[in-house]
Amino acid sequence: MVKKIEEGSHAVADVVRLLNPGVLAMYPITPSTHIPERLSEFEANGELGGKIIRVESEFSAISAVVGASARGIRAYTATSSQGLALMHEVLFAASGMRLPIVITVANRALSAPLNIFNDWQDSISERDSGWLQFYGEDSQEVVDLMIQAYKIAEDKRVLLPTMVCMDGFFLTHTYDVIDVPEDLKGFVPDYKPEHAFLDPKKPMTQGAWAMQEPYFKLRKELEEAQRSIFPVIKEVHDDFAKVFGRSYGDGLIEVYGEGDNAVVTMGSFSTNLKVLADKLGFQVIRIRCYRPFPDKELAAALKGKESVAVFEKDVSYGTGHGAVYNDVRTVYNGKMVNFIVGLGGLDVPVSALEKMYKQVPEMKDAETRWQI
Amino acid sequence: MSSEVISSGHSACAGCGEIMGERMVLEAIGKDVIVCQATGCMEVTTTPYPKTTFKVPWVHVTFENAASVASGVVEADRKLGGDATVLAIGGDGGMMDIGFRALSGALERGHDILVVITDNEAYMNTGIQRSSGTPKYASTTTTPAGKVIPGKLQWKKNIARIAVAHGAPYVATASVGFPQDLAAKVKKAKSIRGPKLIHLFTPCPVGWGFDSSKTVYYAKKAVETGLWPLYEVEHGKLKIDQKPSFAPVEEYFKGQKRYKHLTPELIAEIEKHVKDRWAELEKQEAAGINLQLLP
Amino acid sequence: MVGGIIKDVGNISSNKTGSWRTFRPVVDKNKCIGCGTCKMFCPDVAIEIVDGKAIIDYDHCKGCLICKSVCPVGAISSEEEAK
Repeated sequence: MVKKIEEGSHAVADVVRLLNPGVLAMYPITPSTHIPERLSEFEANGELGGKIIRVESEFSAISAVVGASARGIRAYTATSSQGLALMHEVLFAASGMRLPIVITVANRALSAPLNIFNDWQDSISERDSGWLQFYGEDSQEVVDLMIQAYKIAEDKRVLLPTMVCMDGFFLTHTYDVIDVPEDLKGFVPDYKPEHAFLDPKKPMTQGAWAMQEPYFKLRKELEEAQRSIFPVIKEVHDDFAKVFGRSYGDGLIEVYGEGDNAVVTMGSFSTNLKVLADKLGFQVIRIRCYRPFPDKELAAALKGKESVAVFEKDVSYGTGHGAVYNDVRTVYNGKMVNFIVGLGGLDVPVSALEKMYKQVPEMKDAETRWQI
Repeated sequence: MSSEVISSGHSACAGCGEIMGERMVLEAIGKDVIVCQATGCMEVTTTPYPKTTFKVPWVHVTFENAASVASGVVEADRKLGGDATVLAIGGDGGMMDIGFRALSGALERGHDILVVITDNEAYMNTGIQRSSGTPKYASTTTTPAGKVIPGKLQWKKNIARIAVAHGAPYVATASVGFPQDLAAKVKKAKSIRGPKLIHLFTPCPVGWGFDSSKTVYYAKKAVETGLWPLYEVEHGKLKIDQKPSFAPVEEYFKGQKRYKHLTPELIAEIEKHVKDRWAELEKQEAAGINLQLLP
Repeated sequence: MVGGIIKDVGNISSNKTGSWRTFRPVVDKNKCIGCGTCKMFCPDVAIEIVDGKAIIDYDHCKGCLICKSVCPVGAISSEEEAK
């Protein structure tokens, strides 16, 4: 294995090339654009196995990817923010059709006001779309998640589309020492679907409509599928660790440090919280797999804590909290507070986190405070 | 009973011109096809889970993305070593309105797909609302003919010419009233690489307000009056397939509830429009110019 | 039922849409020349040509009577369905 100093987006493109999707649909949107740019360079130099379709919108990007996956081939796209929002309608179709597409989301704020910088509102707003969602802490983890995501999504026990989320700019545009494998050592087998493939030799109908009862049953089946795959995610994570030598908690959540008080968070600024945790002596619980929501693992990790503070870069408007807080609340009944930080790319340095964390003792249960 | 491509038992209305057209297209293509269907009547009447009319591979995703889905299907198919005719098919709403961006993108990129627009001139699946395919002065539920406004006020969008302007190597108009002409066009389209588009006229008894036995009658009458010209544009060169007898357009309007409010003045305006269009068509055919190159 | 995929293609034929009919097309076999025009236009895929004659599948024919209107030799008439 060769470690390289590389931009996060380029590392993602490197690993996508290795994963060898047959069809890649691309539409530029900041901050995800460096991924298709690098993939296009690969194609121009004859180094890409798949075919890139340069579509006229993100709506068509996800639609073309759905078409390719429905035909029975591995498919990929990357997007951000407004692009993901434009895909919204098709996201529900992809999960309902059980097509194991993997996309990279370079997390960015949603308009209005227009803002190109990082927060999680784009992918958080798709948390109920039936897709799996993973959030990486650094570009190395995002690379590793891409590999695991295809293996998880295409597993016959899963067959669900998957978003691998990376913080825009903080990860997509920064250089880091990243180990991109030179080959995948057969870790991700070729995609050979048995359920969904449009082949004139074996005709099938995909994307039918359904009356109340079959609709209800199919949607219930989708949720049951989400809830049943925790062991697969852990298994793929553990197998990955054996082959590639890197692991991230149990694959669902990562617990850092010790303490009677805990902070729950996701994404790249977990690193800042870990730095602060070393100083102040709390525990950081980082959610890596947000959908399906690892409630049992979180409940076990939070059991007996004196307080829990959830730091997040999104808002579940009208609830008084962020979406992550609301989810964590379902597994923890003790004192729990919420900090909304970093919206629109507002920097969240350790010093700001420290100021906020020191307010926890004075805060009431369920109170939410905003970074500014 | 069933044909090679679809089976009976679907719930399209009695006398449906659209399912008639879709079957004709699929029979002309044959079984080596993958159908990408836009939402609409041809989706909801054919595939009520767990049943399907289709005996060929068929996929539906959303209303506005049949051409984009087809883009992904065809590139995947070729990558997997297939050579199926990839058909993107949808109505006037699905292709000329909400799916227009996807259609334009797919034509511009040059995928090896066949697009068929089954045009019944309104949003029939939702209950006869106006689309850009609705003809001028037709009454729909969102352009009802009233005391002041006589139905839709705009001419129909000329989607075939828009496809030509994209540089599509083969574009044709057709009508279910002329199945041999349609089959020949589908077969020709199938033999040409790149994006092809057939704009297919498919009367709707329910939406237009005529007796279900008259679907073929109106599909022929629209052609005979010159309202629906049958032509092909192959690599930019226009060829008129059938010179109409120019029966009075009134013959076509008669018996359709959507036109029952038409006054002699409105009919005269449409008649003039038909004549003007035909004069242009014939001029372009005679000139032998490449329409793709027109500014 | 993963993904609502249907592999039993054409299985909608179990829907007997013949019950929709208010008028029934009737083929006069003496007049029918077996040209297939009715079959070509039938929206319900409910006509076959067997031994040179049109046969109507009354399980599925919805009674639109397009066949009657397109028959070049007037071999198809219609009758009101018995109540």
